[in-house]
Amino acid sequence: MEGEIPTLAVEGLKTFFFTKLGVAQAVNGVSFTVRKGEVVGLVGESGSGKSVTGFSLIGLVDPPGRVVEGKILFRGEDLAQADEDRMRSLRGRRIAMIFQDPMMTLNPVLRIDTQMIEAVRAHEKISEGDARIRARDALVQVGIPSPDERLKAYPHQFSGGMRQRVAIATALLHKPDLIIADEPTTALDVTIQGQILHEVQKLCRETGMSLIWITHDLSVVAGLADRICVMYAGKIVEKGKISDVLDSPLHPYTNGLIGSVPSHNRRGQPLAQIPGMTPSLLNLPQGCAFHPRCPRAGASCLVEPDITEPAKSDHQVRCVNPHLETS
Amino acid sequence: MSVFIIRRLLQSVVVIWVMSLLVFGGVYLIGDPIDMLINPEADQEDIDAAIRALGLDKPITEQYWFFLINAVKGDLGSSFIFNEPALQLILARMPATMELAFAALFLSIVLGIPLGMWAGLHPNSLSGRSIMTGSILGFSLPSFWVGIMFIMFFAVVLGVLPSGGRGETTEFLGLQVSFLSWKGLSYILLPAINLALFKLSLVIRLSRAGTQEVIHQDYIKFARAKGISEKRVILVHVLKNIMIPVVTILGLEFGSVIAFAVVTETVFAWPGMGKLIIESIDQLDRPVIVAYLMIIVFMFIVINLVVDILYSVLDPRVRLQDVKA
Ligand SMILES: Nc1ncnc2c1ncn2[C@@H]1O[C@H](COP(=O)(O)OP(=O)(O)OP(=O)(O)O)[C@@H](O)[C@H]1O
Ligand code: SF4
Ligand SMILES: [Mg+2]
Repeated sequence: MEGEIPTLAVEGLKTFFFTKLGVAQAVNGVSFTVRKGEVVGLVGESGSGKSVTGFSLIGLVDPPGRVVEGKILFRGEDLAQADEDRMRSLRGRRIAMIFQDPMMTLNPVLRIDTQMIEAVRAHEKISEGDARIRARDALVQVGIPSPDERLKAYPHQFSGGMRQRVAIATALLHKPDLIIADEPTTALDVTIQGQILHEVQKLCRETGMSLIWITHDLSVVAGLADRICVMYAGKIVEKGKISDVLDSPLHPYTNGLIGSVPSHNRRGQPLAQIPGMTPSLLNLPQGCAFHPRCPRAGASCLVEPDITEPAKSDHQVRCVNPHLETS
Repeated sequence: MSVFIIRRLLQSVVVIWVMSLLVFGGVYLIGDPIDMLINPEADQEDIDAAIRALGLDKPITEQYWFFLINAVKGDLGSSFIFNEPALQLILARMPATMELAFAALFLSIVLGIPLGMWAGLHPNSLSGRSIMTGSILGFSLPSFWVGIMFIMFFAVVLGVLPSGGRGETTEFLGLQVSFLSWKGLSYILLPAINLALFKLSLVIRLSRAGTQEVIHQDYIKFARAKGISEKRVILVHVLKNIMIPVVTILGLEFGSVIAFAVVTETVFAWPGMGKLIIESIDQLDRPVIVAYLMIIVFMFIVINLVVDILYSVLDPRVRLQDVKA
């Protein structure tokens, strides 16, 4: 494993939105790696920049936003420098993305077959018939019954869970190296969520693809991810192996997140809430962006903390006063 | 689907009947045609004879009853002026109006959708803003004035297009049409553009608003995330979604295109129903006015029905609901 080029290595990525009200630094110096076959969880509150990070990777940041700095090394190639043609040829073929709301990701006026066949034929010169067979096989792979019939249906004829399976099947069509899943189960009910999680995990193992799983829900990634990055206000504040981070969180924000997840061993105790709200990106607090909400904040927090050098098994934190005593 | 159509047809009969009451009553109120029709030197006896001959001596309820009975038989009365069945008189002029209206509709769609989409995709560009400014002008300039300006410029100053009339026509499927010969086209061009301006502006606005809404939807982003070409994203994913409101609203507006043709036909001396109705109103030719209004009502009803059916063909979500209903 050592020395092998990772599937993805993001270095110092900055994606800003140049709005009329000012510059929103949605992603502000994010670095992480995803190795082959690895599942990386990207966790954080709403507005912390998770989706924008995902869209930056595939070159689909909406204007007025754009990647202003950093490297996105995909199998060694810097996508931050790639032109639109190159990005288009990678999108859907080598890097696929699945979105949060399955009700909105499929075009309501086009049949499923149209939408899947066009995805196949965007990257391969094959006949419509062959493309249909590929689409059909992908539907089987994600557990959709009577796929031939379902191909001829429109999105509104599917339930939310089924639509998300169609989206996943579409993402799988070209057996990509990397799938970016942006909260794909958040809009689904718990049982369906469990099924989809289980299936995605299985698919990753079977195909050896890498997965970035974006969520605001720690409990979702707990059983899924190998490693985890915790984001706050456009920065990664803690990252490491999932077990390290969950068992001994270093950052007060991660600690707060874990405290707000219901779990068995703390039954009966009230859930801890992180007080306050995500700060506005246009008006970030000076120094550590978390300090207005942080129980451990002190005067030294008014200076922006750097992320620590990787210590024990890559566990890193961006905090001047981390929870070292508990670990 | 068929239950839906039968229900709509029954509703339509009621609407037509109510409209016949309103139209007949309204036309009765606007004035007495006798003064216009009769030679001022005629004596009272001649006048009385004429009144009886036209059935104007009967009370209005009785006149309406006769009108209704005959209307059901397909007879909407005879023109006081031409002494010909009013229906026949109007139908003879209908193809000219229809051709003009369809030409205007065609122009609104083939120009309006691309221009509107362009403006929606490039809202801050000079071209996008010019298109929107143009559409505001199209909305607000009075149609008759634009028509007169067209004639001034193209017929009088440049002398490249005829100033009015219909010119020569070609027979097509048993109808006389203009669009099959260059000469005919040169006659229909200006009135068609004139009539189209308002709808064109409407289509531009609808297409732009639709494009701006659709372009930010997740399914467009997902389509891009699949790596399909930008051309296909716009021409398939965006276009197909904005077609639904555009076709629906344009269809519903088709009746008003025909109604607006009155102005254009008058300005360009286009020999259609609109020109006839203006002349008939001048002369208080009641049967023609009533027949014209009834035909317009009838057309509105047919158009609405057709649009509803077309809408369900375009939008799969509506189709499903109909099957269930
Ligand atoms: N189109 C845009 N225009 C301006 N600012 C934007 C735009 N999209 C995102 N942002 C900014 O980027 C920030 C991060 O957004 P992002 O969608 O990445 O959050 P997120 O972590 O995915 O949250 P959520 O859990 O709600 O999806 C937003 O708070 C907003 O300030
Ligand atoms: S740097 Fe200070 S304010 Fe920020 S998380 Fe650490 S202790 Fe809290
Ligand atoms: Mg998001």
